[in-house]
Amino acid sequence: MTTRPLVELAKTIRSKNAGVDQITFDVIFRDMVTYELVKRSRALTVETVMRLYGVSRERVTAFVEFDPALAIKFTIRRDRPSGSPGERDVFGAQQYAPLFDLPIPLD
Amino acid sequence: MSRPRGPRPERMSILSPTGHLGFTPIERGSFDIGVSRRPDAIVADSGSCDIGPQPLGADEHCSPAQWQRHDLELMLLAARRLRVPMIVGSASDTGTDRCVSQYAEIIRDVARHHRLPAFTLATIRSEVRLDDLKRRLDAGVRVEGLDGRSDLTLETLARTDRVVAVMGAAPIIDALDRGADVVITGRSSDSAIFAAPAIRAGFPEAAAYYLGKVLECASFAAEPFMGKESIIGTVTAAEVTVAPMHPGQRCTVASVASHAMYERASPFFEKVAGGALDMTHCRYEQLDERTAKITGFAFRTDSVYRIKLEGAGKVGERALAIAGIRDPYTIRHLDAVIAWARAKVTERWGEPGARYQLHYHVYGRDGVMGAWEPRREHPAHELGIVVEAVAPRFEDAEVICTLGTRNLFYARLPEVKGTAGTAALMMDEVLRGKPGYEWTVNHVLPLADPLELTALELETAGG
Repeated sequence: MTTRPLVELAKTIRSKNAGVDQITFDVIFRDMVTYELVKRSRALTVETVMRLYGVSRERVTAFVEFDPALAIKFTIRRDRPSGSPGERDVFGAQQYAPLFDLPIPLD
Repeated sequence: MSRPRGPRPERMSILSPTGHLGFTPIERGSFDIGVSRRPDAIVADSGSCDIGPQPLGADEHCSPAQWQRHDLELMLLAARRLRVPMIVGSASDTGTDRCVSQYAEIIRDVARHHRLPAFTLATIRSEVRLDDLKRRLDAGVRVEGLDGRSDLTLETLARTDRVVAVMGAAPIIDALDRGADVVITGRSSDSAIFAAPAIRAGFPEAAAYYLGKVLECASFAAEPFMGKESIIGTVTAAEVTVAPMHPGQRCTVASVASHAMYERASPFFEKVAGGALDMTHCRYEQLDERTAKITGFAFRTDSVYRIKLEGAGKVGERALAIAGIRDPYTIRHLDAVIAWARAKVTERWGEPGARYQLHYHVYGRDGVMGAWEPRREHPAHELGIVVEAVAPRFEDAEVICTLGTRNLFYARLPEVKGTAGTAALMMDEVLRGKPGYEWTVNHVLPLADPLELTALELETAGG
Protein backbone atom coordinates (compact mmCIF):
# COMPACT_ATOMS: atom_id res chain seq x y z
CA MET A 1 0.00 0.00 0.00
CA THR A 2 1.46 3.38 -1.03
CA THR A 3 1.08 6.18 1.49
CA ARG A 4 1.98 9.85 1.67
CA PRO A 5 2.29 11.93 4.82
CA LEU A 6 -0.58 14.34 5.43
CA VAL A 7 1.81 17.33 5.37
CA GLU A 8 2.44 16.70 1.64
CA LEU A 9 -1.26 16.58 0.81
CA ALA A 10 -2.68 19.47 2.86
CA LYS A 11 -2.46 23.16 1.99
CA THR A 12 -2.88 24.27 5.60
CA ILE A 13 -2.52 22.44 8.91
CA ARG A 14 -3.12 24.73 11.89
CA SER A 15 -4.28 24.88 15.49
CA LYS A 16 -5.73 27.76 17.47
CA ASN A 17 -7.79 28.46 20.56
CA ALA A 18 -11.55 28.10 20.17
CA GLY A 19 -12.52 30.03 23.27
CA VAL A 20 -10.62 29.60 26.52
CA ASP A 21 -11.26 25.90 27.07
CA GLN A 22 -10.65 24.32 23.68
CA ILE A 23 -8.11 24.13 20.86
CA THR A 24 -9.38 23.59 17.33
CA PHE A 25 -7.43 22.05 14.46
CA ASP A 26 -7.98 22.71 10.74
CA VAL A 27 -6.56 20.57 7.93
CA ILE A 28 -7.35 22.30 4.65
CA PHE A 29 -6.76 20.93 1.13
CA ARG A 30 -6.06 22.71 -2.14
CA ASP A 31 -8.48 20.77 -4.32
CA MET A 32 -11.54 18.56 -4.10
CA VAL A 33 -9.68 15.45 -5.38
CA THR A 34 -7.12 15.49 -2.55
CA TYR A 35 -9.75 16.38 0.05
CA GLU A 36 -11.98 13.49 -1.03
CA LEU A 37 -8.98 11.14 -1.12
CA VAL A 38 -8.07 11.90 2.48
CA LYS A 39 -11.70 11.82 3.63
CA ARG A 40 -12.33 8.44 1.99
CA SER A 41 -9.08 6.97 3.33
CA ARG A 42 -10.47 7.19 6.90
CA ALA A 43 -6.88 7.80 8.00
CA LEU A 44 -7.86 10.92 9.94
CA THR A 45 -10.75 10.21 12.31
CA VAL A 46 -11.67 10.76 15.94
CA GLU A 47 -9.71 7.59 16.76
CA THR A 48 -6.61 8.99 15.02
CA VAL A 49 -6.88 12.16 17.11
CA MET A 50 -7.23 10.14 20.32
CA ARG A 51 -4.14 8.11 19.42
CA LEU A 52 -1.94 11.01 18.21
CA TYR A 53 -2.69 13.26 21.18
CA GLY A 54 -3.27 10.59 23.81
CA VAL A 55 -6.68 11.97 24.76
CA SER A 56 -9.95 10.21 25.59
CA ARG A 57 -12.93 10.31 23.23
CA GLU A 58 -14.85 12.74 25.40
CA ARG A 59 -12.01 15.25 25.13
CA VAL A 60 -12.48 15.36 21.33
CA THR A 61 -15.47 17.69 21.41
CA ALA A 62 -16.00 18.08 17.67
CA PHE A 63 -14.92 16.34 14.47
CA VAL A 64 -16.28 17.76 11.22
CA GLU A 65 -15.67 17.26 7.52
CA PHE A 66 -16.42 20.75 6.19
CA ASP A 67 -16.90 20.48 2.42
CA PRO A 68 -17.18 24.20 1.51
CA ALA A 69 -13.67 24.82 2.83
CA LEU A 70 -12.26 21.41 1.72
CA ALA A 71 -11.33 20.91 5.35
CA ILE A 72 -11.24 18.34 8.11
CA LYS A 73 -11.63 20.00 11.47
CA PHE A 74 -11.52 18.74 15.03
CA THR A 75 -11.47 20.24 18.50
CA ILE A 76 -9.87 19.05 21.74
CA ARG A 77 -10.74 20.27 25.23
CA ARG A 78 -7.69 21.63 27.08
CA ASP A 79 -6.29 20.21 30.31
CA ARG A 80 -6.97 23.60 31.93
CA PRO A 81 -8.13 26.99 30.65
CA SER A 82 -5.74 28.89 28.37
CA GLY A 83 -3.15 31.02 30.14
CA SER A 84 -3.42 29.36 33.56
CA PRO A 85 -0.14 28.87 35.47
CA GLY A 86 1.74 26.04 33.77
CA GLU A 87 0.48 27.10 30.31
CA ARG A 88 2.60 25.90 27.36
CA ASP A 89 0.84 27.53 24.39
CA VAL A 90 -1.51 30.36 25.33
CA PHE A 91 -2.83 30.80 21.77
CA GLY A 92 -2.91 27.04 21.10
CA ALA A 93 -1.02 27.82 17.91
CA GLN A 94 1.66 25.08 17.91
CA GLN A 95 -0.29 21.91 18.65
CA TYR A 96 -0.70 20.63 15.09
CA ALA A 97 2.76 19.16 14.37
CA PRO A 98 1.88 15.51 15.17
CA LEU A 99 -0.53 15.57 12.21
CA PHE A 100 2.27 16.09 9.68
CA ASP A 101 3.55 12.52 9.52
CA LEU A 102 0.15 10.85 9.50
CA PRO A 103 0.35 8.33 6.62
CA ILE A 104 -2.52 8.61 4.11
CA PRO A 105 -3.07 5.54 1.89
CA LEU A 106 -3.22 6.54 -1.75
CA ASP A 107 -5.06 3.47 -3.10
CA MET B 1 -31.86 63.13 20.87
CA SER B 2 -33.08 60.20 18.84
CA ARG B 3 -32.45 59.23 15.28
CA PRO B 4 -35.42 57.79 13.37
CA ARG B 5 -34.89 54.62 11.36
CA GLY B 6 -35.55 55.21 7.65
CA PRO B 7 -36.85 52.65 5.16
CA ARG B 8 -34.48 49.75 4.52
CA PRO B 9 -31.87 50.67 1.92
CA GLU B 10 -31.19 48.17 -0.84
CA ARG B 11 -27.70 47.47 0.43
CA MET B 12 -25.32 48.44 3.20
CA SER B 13 -21.52 48.28 3.15
CA ILE B 14 -19.25 48.10 6.17
CA LEU B 15 -15.51 48.68 6.22
CA SER B 16 -13.50 46.42 8.57
CA PRO B 17 -9.92 47.65 8.92
CA THR B 18 -8.51 45.27 11.56
CA GLY B 19 -9.35 42.10 13.42
CA HIS B 20 -7.97 43.43 16.72
CA LEU B 21 -7.70 47.20 16.91
CA GLY B 22 -4.42 48.31 18.48
CA PHE B 23 -2.75 44.88 18.52
CA THR B 24 -0.57 45.92 15.55
CA PRO B 25 -1.26 49.12 13.60
CA ILE B 26 -3.82 49.23 10.75
CA GLU B 27 -2.21 49.30 7.29
CA ARG B 28 -2.95 52.66 5.77
CA GLY B 29 -3.02 51.86 2.02
CA SER B 30 -5.96 49.46 1.92
CA PHE B 31 -7.80 51.48 4.59
CA ASP B 32 -7.72 54.58 2.38
CA ILE B 33 -8.94 52.56 -0.61
CA GLY B 34 -11.78 51.27 1.58
CA VAL B 35 -12.73 54.77 2.71
CA SER B 36 -12.77 55.96 -0.92
CA ARG B 37 -15.53 53.40 -1.56
CA ARG B 38 -17.72 55.40 0.83
CA PRO B 39 -18.85 52.59 3.17
CA ASP B 40 -21.98 53.09 5.33
CA ALA B 41 -20.12 52.34 8.57
CA ILE B 42 -16.58 51.72 9.83
CA VAL B 43 -16.43 49.01 12.45
CA ALA B 44 -13.66 47.17 14.30
CA ASP B 45 -13.27 44.81 17.19
CA SER B 46 -10.50 45.50 19.70
CA GLY B 47 -10.63 42.50 22.00
CA SER B 48 -9.73 38.87 22.34
CA CYS B 49 -9.58 36.28 25.08
CA ASP B 50 -6.60 34.71 23.30
CA ILE B 51 -4.29 36.97 25.26
CA GLY B 52 -4.97 34.95 28.39
CA PRO B 53 -6.75 35.76 31.65
CA GLN B 54 -4.18 38.16 33.16
CA PRO B 55 -5.19 41.39 31.33
CA LEU B 56 -8.85 40.98 32.31
CA GLY B 57 -8.15 39.85 35.85
CA ALA B 58 -5.63 42.62 36.53
CA ASP B 59 -7.52 45.13 34.31
CA GLU B 60 -4.48 45.90 32.15
CA HIS B 61 -4.32 46.25 28.39
CA CYS B 62 -1.81 44.34 26.32
CA SER B 63 -1.71 46.59 23.22
CA PRO B 64 0.53 49.67 23.21
CA ALA B 65 -1.51 52.86 23.82
CA GLN B 66 0.24 54.51 20.88
CA TRP B 67 -1.09 51.92 18.40
CA GLN B 68 -4.58 52.06 19.90
CA ARG B 69 -4.61 55.81 19.34
CA HIS B 70 -3.23 55.39 15.80
CA ASP B 71 -6.06 53.05 14.84
CA LEU B 72 -8.82 55.04 16.57
CA GLU B 73 -7.61 58.27 14.98
CA LEU B 74 -7.61 56.77 11.47
CA MET B 75 -11.13 55.43 11.93
CA LEU B 76 -12.54 58.54 13.60
CA LEU B 77 -11.25 60.99 11.00
CA ALA B 78 -12.56 58.85 8.13
CA ALA B 79 -15.94 58.18 9.78
CA ARG B 80 -16.53 61.85 10.58
CA ARG B 81 -15.46 62.90 7.08
CA LEU B 82 -17.93 60.41 5.54
CA ARG B 83 -20.51 61.20 8.27
CA VAL B 84 -21.10 57.48 8.92
CA PRO B 85 -21.20 55.57 12.21
CA MET B 86 -17.98 54.29 13.76
CA ILE B 87 -18.27 51.35 16.12
CA VAL B 88 -15.44 49.84 18.17
CA GLY B 89 -16.18 46.67 20.15
CA SER B 90 -14.36 45.14 23.15
CA ALA B 91 -12.37 48.28 23.89
CA SER B 92 -8.70 47.91 24.74
CA ASP B 93 -8.34 44.09 24.60
CA THR B 94 -10.64 43.05 27.44
CA GLY B 95 -13.58 45.48 27.34
CA THR B 96 -13.69 46.36 31.04
CA ASP B 97 -15.24 49.66 32.19
CA ARG B 98 -11.77 51.16 32.49
CA CYS B 99 -11.02 50.14 28.88
CA VAL B 100 -14.19 51.90 27.64
CA SER B 101 -13.20 55.09 29.52
CA GLN B 102 -9.68 54.89 28.09
CA TYR B 103 -10.94 54.67 24.48
CA ALA B 104 -13.57 57.37 25.03
CA GLU B 105 -10.81 59.69 26.26
CA ILE B 106 -8.74 58.98 23.13
CA ILE B 107 -11.79 59.79 20.94
CA ARG B 108 -12.37 63.10 22.80
CA ASP B 109 -8.71 64.00 22.55
CA VAL B 110 -8.41 63.20 18.83
CA ALA B 111 -11.61 65.20 18.18
CA ARG B 112 -10.13 68.21 20.02
CA HIS B 113 -6.77 67.84 18.35
CA HIS B 114 -8.32 67.84 14.84
CA ARG B 115 -11.05 70.38 15.77
CA LEU B 116 -13.74 68.00 14.51
CA PRO B 117 -17.29 69.36 14.32
CA ALA B 118 -19.51 68.20 17.19
CA PHE B 119 -20.71 64.56 17.15
CA THR B 120 -22.38 62.20 19.59
CA LEU B 121 -20.11 59.74 21.37
CA ALA B 122 -21.73 56.73 23.03
CA THR B 123 -20.03 54.48 25.55
CA ILE B 124 -21.56 51.13 26.52
CA ARG B 125 -20.13 49.46 29.60
CA SER B 126 -20.66 45.77 30.26
CA GLU B 127 -18.56 44.90 33.31
CA VAL B 128 -20.61 42.82 35.73
CA ARG B 129 -20.31 43.49 39.43
CA LEU B 130 -19.44 40.39 41.42
CA ASP B 131 -22.14 41.13 44.02
CA ASP B 132 -24.73 41.36 41.22
CA LEU B 133 -23.72 37.87 40.08
CA LYS B 134 -23.73 36.62 43.65
CA ARG B 135 -27.29 37.93 44.15
CA ARG B 136 -28.42 36.12 41.01
CA LEU B 137 -26.77 32.88 42.14
CA ASP B 138 -28.33 33.30 45.60
CA ALA B 139 -31.71 33.77 43.91
CA GLY B 140 -31.23 30.40 42.22
CA VAL B 141 -30.45 31.61 38.70
CA ARG B 142 -28.65 28.92 36.74
CA VAL B 143 -25.44 30.25 35.19
CA GLU B 144 -24.64 27.48 32.77
CA GLY B 145 -21.04 26.50 31.98
CA LEU B 146 -19.81 26.48 28.37
CA ASP B 147 -17.51 23.99 26.64
CA GLY B 148 -17.88 21.26 29.24
CA ARG B 149 -17.66 23.47 32.34
CA SER B 150 -20.01 22.91 35.23
CA ASP B 151 -22.49 25.62 36.27
CA LEU B 152 -21.14 28.66 38.07
CA THR B 153 -20.91 28.28 41.85
CA LEU B 154 -20.33 30.74 44.68
CA GLU B 155 -16.99 29.01 45.28
CA THR B 156 -15.84 29.75 41.71
CA LEU B 157 -17.16 33.30 41.94
CA ALA B 158 -15.10 33.78 45.11
CA ARG B 159 -11.95 32.98 43.08
CA THR B 160 -12.89 35.60 40.46
CA ASP B 161 -11.58 39.17 40.34
CA ARG B 162 -13.39 40.60 37.32
CA VAL B 163 -16.23 39.64 34.98
CA VAL B 164 -17.39 41.16 31.70
CA ALA B 165 -20.59 40.37 29.80
CA VAL B 166 -20.18 39.78 26.07
CA MET B 167 -22.90 42.05 24.71
CA GLY B 168 -24.88 41.34 21.56
CA ALA B 169 -26.28 43.78 19.02
CA ALA B 170 -29.17 45.15 21.15
CA PRO B 171 -27.29 47.76 23.24
CA ILE B 172 -25.44 49.03 20.14
CA ILE B 173 -28.69 49.37 18.16
CA ASP B 174 -30.09 51.27 21.14
CA ALA B 175 -27.10 53.65 21.08
CA LEU B 176 -27.51 54.26 17.33
CA ASP B 177 -31.26 54.86 17.83
CA ARG B 178 -30.37 57.53 20.38
CA GLY B 179 -28.23 59.36 17.89
CA ALA B 180 -24.73 57.97 18.49
CA ASP B 181 -22.20 58.72 15.75
CA VAL B 182 -19.34 56.93 17.48
CA VAL B 183 -19.90 53.90 19.72
CA ILE B 184 -17.24 52.51 22.06
CA THR B 185 -18.34 49.28 23.73
CA GLY B 186 -17.19 47.06 26.52
CA ARG B 187 -16.80 43.35 25.77
CA SER B 188 -18.96 42.43 22.80
CA SER B 189 -19.43 39.59 20.31
CA ASP B 190 -17.22 40.28 17.31
CA SER B 191 -20.04 39.64 14.85
CA ALA B 192 -22.62 41.70 16.81
CA ILE B 193 -20.81 45.02 16.42
CA PHE B 194 -21.08 44.68 12.61
CA ALA B 195 -24.58 43.20 12.75
CA ALA B 196 -25.97 46.07 14.85
CA PRO B 197 -26.03 48.82 12.17
CA ALA B 198 -27.31 46.32 9.58
CA ILE B 199 -30.14 45.05 11.80
CA ARG B 200 -31.03 48.63 12.66
CA ALA B 201 -31.18 49.48 8.94
CA GLY B 202 -33.75 46.70 8.51
CA PHE B 203 -31.69 43.79 7.19
CA PRO B 204 -32.55 40.28 8.43
CA GLU B 205 -30.60 39.11 11.48
CA ALA B 206 -29.19 36.13 9.56
CA ALA B 207 -27.63 38.29 6.85
CA ALA B 208 -26.51 40.90 9.38
CA TYR B 209 -24.75 38.37 11.65
CA TYR B 210 -23.16 36.63 8.69
CA LEU B 211 -21.84 40.01 7.55
CA GLY B 212 -20.34 40.39 11.01
CA LYS B 213 -18.94 36.87 11.04
CA VAL B 214 -17.11 37.35 7.74
CA LEU B 215 -15.81 40.86 8.62
CA GLU B 216 -14.70 40.31 12.22
CA CYS B 217 -11.06 39.46 11.41
CA ALA B 218 -10.74 41.85 8.43
CA SER B 219 -8.20 40.55 5.87
CA PHE B 220 -8.05 37.06 7.42
CA ALA B 221 -11.11 36.25 5.27
CA ALA B 222 -9.03 36.89 2.14
CA GLU B 223 -5.99 35.23 0.58
CA PRO B 224 -3.02 35.22 0.48
CA PHE B 225 -2.55 35.61 4.24
CA MET B 226 -2.10 39.25 5.33
CA GLY B 227 -2.96 40.91 8.63
CA LYS B 228 -4.39 44.37 9.38
CA GLU B 229 -5.58 45.05 5.81
CA SER B 230 -9.08 46.42 5.22
CA ILE B 231 -11.99 44.55 3.66
CA ILE B 232 -15.54 45.62 2.84
CA GLY B 233 -18.65 43.49 3.28
CA THR B 234 -21.98 44.37 1.71
CA VAL B 235 -25.34 43.06 2.84
CA THR B 236 -28.67 42.95 0.98
CA ALA B 237 -31.88 41.23 2.08
CA ALA B 238 -30.65 37.84 0.85
CA GLU B 239 -26.90 37.84 0.39
CA VAL B 240 -23.55 39.03 1.68
CA THR B 241 -20.63 39.87 -0.59
CA VAL B 242 -17.11 40.50 0.63
CA ALA B 243 -14.04 41.96 -1.08
CA PRO B 244 -10.54 42.89 0.10
CA MET B 245 -9.18 46.41 -0.31
CA HIS B 246 -5.54 45.38 -0.61
CA PRO B 247 -4.86 45.01 -4.36
CA GLY B 248 -2.85 41.83 -3.72
CA GLN B 249 -5.64 39.97 -1.92
CA ARG B 250 -8.73 38.08 -3.09
CA CYS B 251 -11.81 36.82 -1.27
CA THR B 252 -12.38 33.34 -2.61
CA VAL B 253 -14.84 30.57 -1.79
CA ALA B 254 -11.96 28.78 -0.07
CA SER B 255 -10.75 31.81 1.92
CA VAL B 256 -14.21 32.82 3.10
CA ALA B 257 -15.32 29.28 3.92
CA SER B 258 -12.10 28.57 5.76
CA HIS B 259 -12.56 31.77 7.77
CA ALA B 260 -15.98 30.50 8.89
CA MET B 261 -14.21 27.81 10.92
CA TYR B 262 -11.27 29.89 12.15
CA GLU B 263 -10.97 29.91 15.97
CA ARG B 264 -14.33 28.17 16.33
CA ALA B 265 -15.12 24.61 17.34
CA SER B 266 -17.94 24.48 14.80
CA PRO B 267 -17.96 25.95 11.27
CA PHE B 268 -21.76 25.75 11.28
CA PHE B 269 -22.88 27.74 14.33
CA GLU B 270 -21.82 31.09 15.70
CA LYS B 271 -23.40 31.77 19.08
CA VAL B 272 -24.22 35.35 20.04
CA ALA B 273 -26.29 36.92 22.78
CA GLY B 274 -29.90 35.88 22.14
CA GLY B 275 -29.32 33.27 19.46
CA ALA B 276 -27.03 31.63 16.94
CA LEU B 277 -26.08 32.18 13.33
CA ASP B 278 -26.64 28.91 11.47
CA MET B 279 -24.22 28.45 8.56
CA THR B 280 -25.06 24.79 7.88
CA HIS B 281 -26.66 25.53 4.51
CA CYS B 282 -24.43 28.41 3.43
CA ARG B 283 -23.59 28.55 -0.25
CA TYR B 284 -20.32 30.17 -1.24
CA GLU B 285 -19.87 31.49 -4.79
CA GLN B 286 -17.18 33.42 -6.64
CA LEU B 287 -18.85 36.64 -7.82
CA ASP B 288 -15.82 38.05 -9.58
CA GLU B 289 -12.10 37.48 -9.30
CA ARG B 290 -11.80 39.18 -5.92
CA THR B 291 -15.31 39.05 -4.50
CA ALA B 292 -17.10 36.15 -2.83
CA LYS B 293 -20.87 35.90 -2.37
CA ILE B 294 -22.55 34.01 0.45
CA THR B 295 -26.21 33.02 0.76
CA GLY B 296 -28.20 30.44 2.69
CA PHE B 297 -27.54 31.54 6.29
CA ALA B 298 -30.21 31.41 9.00
CA PHE B 299 -30.58 32.84 12.50
CA ARG B 300 -31.98 30.82 15.40
CA THR B 301 -33.39 32.98 18.15
CA ASP B 302 -33.09 31.43 21.62
CA SER B 303 -36.28 31.10 23.65
CA VAL B 304 -34.42 32.62 26.61
CA TYR B 305 -32.06 35.57 26.01
CA ARG B 306 -28.67 34.52 27.36
CA ILE B 307 -25.44 36.44 27.45
CA LYS B 308 -21.91 35.06 27.74
CA LEU B 309 -19.78 36.01 30.73
CA GLU B 310 -15.98 35.99 30.82
CA GLY B 311 -14.21 36.18 34.14
CA ALA B 312 -10.69 35.84 35.48
CA GLY B 313 -9.23 35.40 38.95
CA LYS B 314 -5.75 35.66 40.39
CA VAL B 315 -3.97 32.44 41.30
CA GLY B 316 -0.80 33.96 42.70
CA GLU B 317 2.48 35.75 42.16
CA ARG B 318 4.84 34.19 39.66
CA ALA B 319 8.59 33.51 39.62
CA LEU B 320 10.53 32.01 36.71
CA ALA B 321 14.03 30.61 36.22
CA ILE B 322 15.88 29.08 33.28
CA ALA B 323 18.22 26.08 33.28
CA GLY B 324 19.89 24.00 30.56
CA ILE B 325 20.95 20.35 30.41
CA ARG B 326 23.57 18.94 27.99
CA ASP B 327 24.79 15.69 29.64
CA PRO B 328 23.17 12.83 27.65
CA TYR B 329 22.94 10.63 30.73
CA THR B 330 21.15 13.36 32.66
CA ILE B 331 18.82 13.96 29.71
CA ARG B 332 17.94 10.24 29.63
CA HIS B 333 17.09 10.42 33.33
CA LEU B 334 15.47 13.84 33.32
CA ASP B 335 12.26 12.64 34.94
CA ALA B 336 14.30 11.43 37.92
CA VAL B 337 16.12 14.79 38.07
CA ILE B 338 12.86 16.74 38.13
CA ALA B 339 11.38 14.31 40.66
CA TRP B 340 14.39 14.97 42.91
CA ALA B 341 13.96 18.74 42.61
CA ARG B 342 10.22 18.50 43.29
CA ALA B 343 10.89 16.30 46.31
CA LYS B 344 13.27 18.89 47.77
CA VAL B 345 10.54 21.54 47.39
CA THR B 346 7.91 19.25 48.92
CA GLU B 347 10.22 18.60 51.88
CA ARG B 348 10.02 22.27 52.85
CA TRP B 349 6.69 23.43 51.41
CA GLY B 350 4.49 20.36 51.43
CA GLU B 351 2.57 18.98 48.47
CA PRO B 352 1.73 21.49 45.72
CA GLY B 353 -1.82 22.85 45.82
CA ALA B 354 -3.31 25.97 47.32
CA ARG B 355 0.04 26.94 48.91
CA TYR B 356 2.03 26.85 45.70
CA GLN B 357 2.27 25.49 42.14
CA LEU B 358 5.50 24.35 40.52
CA HIS B 359 5.79 23.67 36.77
CA TYR B 360 8.75 22.42 34.74
CA HIS B 361 8.62 23.37 31.06
CA VAL B 362 11.12 21.16 29.27
CA TYR B 363 11.88 22.72 25.89
CA GLY B 364 13.51 20.24 23.53
CA ARG B 365 11.31 17.43 24.86
CA ASP B 366 7.66 18.42 25.52
CA GLY B 367 7.81 22.10 26.45
CA VAL B 368 5.27 23.08 23.79
CA MET B 369 2.84 20.19 23.87
CA GLY B 370 3.10 18.77 27.38
CA ALA B 371 1.06 15.61 27.82
CA TRP B 372 -0.07 15.76 24.16
CA GLU B 373 3.52 15.34 22.87
CA PRO B 374 3.86 11.99 21.05
CA ARG B 375 7.67 12.30 20.68
CA ARG B 376 8.45 12.75 24.37
CA GLU B 377 10.78 9.77 24.30
CA HIS B 378 13.03 11.44 21.70
CA PRO B 379 14.43 14.53 23.41
CA ALA B 380 16.98 16.82 21.75
CA HIS B 381 20.71 16.71 22.60
CA GLU B 382 20.30 19.71 24.89
CA LEU B 383 17.24 20.80 26.82
CA GLY B 384 16.08 24.16 28.11
CA ILE B 385 14.01 24.10 31.28
CA VAL B 386 11.83 26.95 32.45
CA VAL B 387 10.90 26.55 36.09
CA GLU B 388 7.68 28.33 37.00
CA ALA B 389 6.55 28.77 40.60
CA VAL B 390 3.29 30.42 41.68
CA ALA B 391 2.40 31.29 45.27
CA PRO B 392 0.23 33.89 47.02
CA ARG B 393 3.29 35.98 47.99
CA PHE B 394 6.07 36.73 45.49
CA GLU B 395 8.74 36.17 48.16
CA ASP B 396 7.49 32.60 48.52
CA ALA B 397 7.22 32.00 44.77
CA GLU B 398 10.82 33.24 44.49
CA VAL B 399 12.13 30.88 47.15
CA ILE B 400 10.22 27.90 45.72
CA CYS B 401 11.48 28.70 42.22
CA THR B 402 15.06 28.97 43.49
CA LEU B 403 14.77 25.68 45.36
CA GLY B 404 13.20 23.94 42.35
CA THR B 405 15.92 25.25 40.02
CA ARG B 406 19.04 24.81 42.18
CA ASN B 407 18.07 21.22 42.81
CA LEU B 408 18.25 20.53 39.08
CA PHE B 409 21.92 21.42 39.64
CA TYR B 410 22.29 19.17 42.68
CA ALA B 411 20.29 16.19 41.37
CA ARG B 412 21.58 12.82 42.59
CA LEU B 413 21.90 10.29 39.79
CA PRO B 414 23.76 7.01 40.45
CA GLU B 415 26.08 7.02 37.41
CA VAL B 416 26.45 10.68 36.60
CA LYS B 417 29.98 11.59 35.43
CA GLY B 418 29.63 15.32 35.90
CA THR B 419 29.85 15.52 39.65
CA ALA B 420 30.27 19.28 39.73
CA GLY B 421 26.72 20.16 38.73
CA THR B 422 23.92 18.51 36.71
CA ALA B 423 22.52 21.61 35.05
CA ALA B 424 23.76 24.74 33.28
CA LEU B 425 22.30 27.89 34.77
CA MET B 426 21.99 30.79 32.37
CA MET B 427 22.20 32.93 35.48
CA ASP B 428 21.66 32.14 39.11
CA GLU B 429 18.67 34.43 39.18
CA VAL B 430 14.92 34.22 39.50
CA LEU B 431 12.77 36.47 37.30
CA ARG B 432 9.51 38.07 38.34
CA GLY B 433 6.68 37.30 35.94
CA LYS B 434 3.27 38.92 35.83
CA PRO B 435 0.96 37.29 38.36
CA GLY B 436 -0.74 34.05 37.34
CA TYR B 437 -4.46 34.29 36.59
CA GLU B 438 -6.99 31.78 35.35
CA TRP B 439 -10.21 31.93 33.36
CA THR B 440 -12.68 31.15 36.13
CA VAL B 441 -15.83 32.15 34.24
CA ASN B 442 -16.85 30.95 30.76
CA HIS B 443 -20.59 30.75 31.30
CA VAL B 444 -23.93 32.05 30.05
CA LEU B 445 -26.39 34.07 32.11
CA PRO B 446 -30.12 34.32 31.29
CA LEU B 447 -31.45 37.90 31.11
CA ALA B 448 -35.00 39.26 31.28
CA ASP B 449 -33.98 42.30 29.23
CA PRO B 450 -31.09 42.38 26.68
CA LEU B 451 -30.09 45.82 28.03
CA GLU B 452 -30.08 44.68 31.66
CA LEU B 453 -26.29 44.38 32.10
CA THR B 454 -25.13 47.25 29.92
CA ALA B 455 -24.90 50.96 30.74
CA LEU B 456 -25.18 53.49 27.91
CA GLU B 457 -23.89 57.05 28.18
CA LEU B 458 -24.12 59.70 25.48
CA GLU B 459 -22.11 62.89 25.24
CA THR B 460 -21.10 65.50 22.71
CA ALA B 461 -17.50 65.33 21.55
CA GLY B 462 -15.67 67.73 19.24
CA GLY B 463 -17.26 71.02 18.32
